[in-house]
Amino acid sequence: MDLNYKATELRLGLPGTDDLPEINTTTTSSLTKSTKRSSSEMSQNEESRSSPPAKEQVVGWPPVRSYRKNVLQGKKVLPETWSAMYVKVSMDGAPYLRKVDLKVYKSYGELMKGLQEMFSCTIGLYNEDERYDGSKHAATYEDKDGDWMLVGDVPWEMFVTSCKRLRIMKGYEARGLDL
Amino acid sequence: MAYSFPEEVLEHVFSFLSSEKDRNAVSLVCKSWYEMERWCRRRIFVGNCYAVNPKIMIRRFPEVKSVELKGKPHFADFNLVPEGWGGYAYPWIVEIARGYPWLEEIRLKRMVVTDESLELISKSFKNFKVLVLSSCEGFSTDGLAAIAANCRNLRVLELRECEVEDLSGHWLSHFPDSFTSLESLNMGCLNSEVSFSALERLVARSPNLKTLRLNRAVPLEKLPTLLQLAPQLVELGTGSYSAEIRSDLCSSLLEAFSRCKNLKGLSGFWDVVPAYLPAFYSMCPRLTFLNLSYATTQSPDLTKIVSQCHNLQRLWVLDYIEDTGLNALSMSCKDLQELRVFPSDPFVADANVLLTEQGLVSVSEGCPKLQSVLYFCRQFSNSALTTIAKNRPNLTTFRLCILEPRAPDYLTFEPLDSGFGSIVQHCKNLRRLSLSGLLTDRVFQHIGTHAKKLDMLSIAFAGDSDLGLHYVLSGCESLRKLEIRDCPFGDKALLANADKLETMRSLWMSSCAVSFGACKVLGQKMPGLNVEVIDERENLDSIPHNSPVEKLYIYRTVAGERFDMPHFVRTMGKDNRRFK
Repeated sequence: MDLNYKATELRLGLPGTDDLPEINTTTTSSLTKSTKRSSSEMSQNEESRSSPPAKEQVVGWPPVRSYRKNVLQGKKVLPETWSAMYVKVSMDGAPYLRKVDLKVYKSYGELMKGLQEMFSCTIGLYNEDERYDGSKHAATYEDKDGDWMLVGDVPWEMFVTSCKRLRIMKGYEARGLDL
Repeated sequence: MAYSFPEEVLEHVFSFLSSEKDRNAVSLVCKSWYEMERWCRRRIFVGNCYAVNPKIMIRRFPEVKSVELKGKPHFADFNLVPEGWGGYAYPWIVEIARGYPWLEEIRLKRMVVTDESLELISKSFKNFKVLVLSSCEGFSTDGLAAIAANCRNLRVLELRECEVEDLSGHWLSHFPDSFTSLESLNMGCLNSEVSFSALERLVARSPNLKTLRLNRAVPLEKLPTLLQLAPQLVELGTGSYSAEIRSDLCSSLLEAFSRCKNLKGLSGFWDVVPAYLPAFYSMCPRLTFLNLSYATTQSPDLTKIVSQCHNLQRLWVLDYIEDTGLNALSMSCKDLQELRVFPSDPFVADANVLLTEQGLVSVSEGCPKLQSVLYFCRQFSNSALTTIAKNRPNLTTFRLCILEPRAPDYLTFEPLDSGFGSIVQHCKNLRRLSLSGLLTDRVFQHIGTHAKKLDMLSIAFAGDSDLGLHYVLSGCESLRKLEIRDCPFGDKALLANADKLETMRSLWMSSCAVSFGACKVLGQKMPGLNVEVIDERENLDSIPHNSPVEKLYIYRTVAGERFDMPHFVRTMGKDNRRFK
C-alpha cells in the first residue's frame, strides 16, 4: 500500500521545499489563466444581458441563510416609483380584452379618459347630480374580495390597490346600479 | 505561603471579571486561584459542544447560573452540513438539569433541540429566566408550550431564525395569567398565527417588556393596539407591514409609534407597503438599530428612511438600497458601526439593482466609526478594496461576498489579491474576514503576513495550491476558526501544520483535496483532535486512501471521539482508543 510517506510526514518546515513551485510563477500562470477565463466570462455575460438567466445553483452559494432565502423567494417588489400595475379591461360586446397600467394614471378622470380613448366610447362616472343615460357606458371593477364595484366610490389610491380587473358595461345595464 | 488577601476579597475582585478570557487567565495563576475562581464562575460559554463533555464542566464549575453552547459548524447555515450530523442538546440538558438545579439561563446556537429537551428545561430549573435559541431546529410549538406553561419566572424567550415545527399558535396561550415577568419575546421565525387576544393580554400584563419581535402572521392592523399597551418598548419587530391603504390605520400607527419614546431598534417589515413607512419616521432620529433586510422596498423609500436616522449604529438592509441610498447613509449616519447589505435576488446573474462597490466605498468614507461590514454585491475592484482599507483601518469584521465565484477585479480582470491584501495590512485589528472573488495563493501570503489578530476566516473558491493553506495556518497567530470550501488545498499543508490545529477551535474543509489517508494519519497523530470525515457519497469503509474526502471537520477536544454520529460521519484514527 503506497501511502506516500514523504507527503504525509509531519514537519514544522514547509512540506517538501524542493517540490514547491515558486510564488511568482504560480501567480503569473494563474493570472494568465484567470485573465483568459474571466474575459470569456465577461463576453458571455454581455451576450446574455438581454434576459438575466437564473444561475446554476451551487450548494450553499452564495452564503445566504435558507431562512432568508425562503422569506424573499417569490417576493415581488412593490415599487412606488416605477413598474406597472396592469389589469385586464373588458368591454361588453368587444371581441377581445385590453390591458391598462393603472400606475400611469393619477386620478379617476385620467383613467376614464384613457379608457375612452382605448375603446372609443364615452364612459360616465357616477355622480350624485347626474344619472347614467343609455348612451354612456359605465365602468365597474372586481375588487380583492371578488365583488363587482362601481368605479369612483373609494379614494383613488385605495382603488388602485384593490382593483383586479375592469369591466365597461353598457349604459342601460348600469342603470340598474343607479340607486 | 501566606497570601496578602483573604479568599473573600479575591473572590470579590474576581466577581468583576466577566470576560471568559480573563477568568480563564485568572484560573491559571496558581492552584488556589484556580480553586477560588471555579467556585465563583457563573457563566460558561462552550463554543463547540463536542470539545468538552458536560460532566467535566459541572465537576469543575459547580455554581453556574448561565450556560451557552454552540453545536454545528458555521457552514451548516448554508446547508453544507448534512442532516443528522449531530449537535444534540438533550445530553447536555440532562446533565445540566442534574448538576445545576439553580440554573437561570440557557443559550443554544446551531443545535438540535427536541421537545423533550424543552420540557426538561421547563421542569428542572426553579428559577429559570432566559432561553435563547439561535438557528436551532428539532422542536415544535409543543415544546414552546411547555416552556410557557412551566417557567414561572421566565424573562426572556427568543427564537432567532429557528426551524420550528409549527403545529399551532396555541403555545402562547399557555403563559398563565399570573405570569408577568416577561422582558423579551422574539417569535419572529414562527409561521402560525397566535391568538391575538392572548398576545394582547400577555403584553398588557408585562410591564417590564422591552423587546417584542412579532411574527409575520401578526397583521399590521393589530400593531397599534400592541404598541398602545407597551409604550415602554425598546426593541420592536413588526409583523407583516402590509394592509390596504386606509387613512385611519395610518393615523393610528403614527400615533402609536409616537408614544414609544424609548424605541431604539426596529425590525420585521415583511411584505412592506411603502405607504405605511412614514408612520415611523418620527422614530428615526432615536433609532440605533434598524433591520430592513426583509423589506422589499425601493431605494427612494430606503434613502428617505436612513437620511433621518442620525443616530443609527447598525443597519441591515437589502441591496435595494443601491449606491445612492448608501451615499445618503454615509452623509447622515455618522455613528454607524455595522452595515449588512443582503442580496435581494442572489441567483440571478445580472440583476437590475444598482448596488456596486461604490456604495461601500462611500460608507467607508463617510462613517468614521464603521467597524463591521457584511456586503453582498456583483462586482468589486482592488482599488475599491484599497480605498476602503485606507479609509477604515478600524475595521474589525470584513465579510465581502461577490456573488459570482472567482469573479475578478471588474476593471482590470486581475485577481483581488492586492485589494484584500490592503485590507489585512491596514486593518490591524481585523478579527473576522470572509473572502470572495478571484484569488490566488498570494492573498493568503498577505493574510499570513499581516492578519495577526484574525480570529475567523472564511474562504471559498480561492487559491491555487497547498501553499495558500500553509500561509494561513502558519502565519495567523490568533486564528481559531477556519472554514474552507471548494479550494485546491490538500494533505501537505494540513499535515505540516497539525500542531496549529490544536490551538484552534475548529477547521472545516469541504470539496477540497484532502485525502482519506491523510485524515487517518492526522487523527492518529493528534489525540487532542477529532478528525471527522463526512461523506455521504460512499461507504466510509471502502473509500481508497488517496481519494479526496467530501467534507472534513477537525476540532480540538478533551472529550474524545463522540458516539452520536450517523453512518456518514467517522472520526478518523481512533479505532481502538477510548478517552474518558
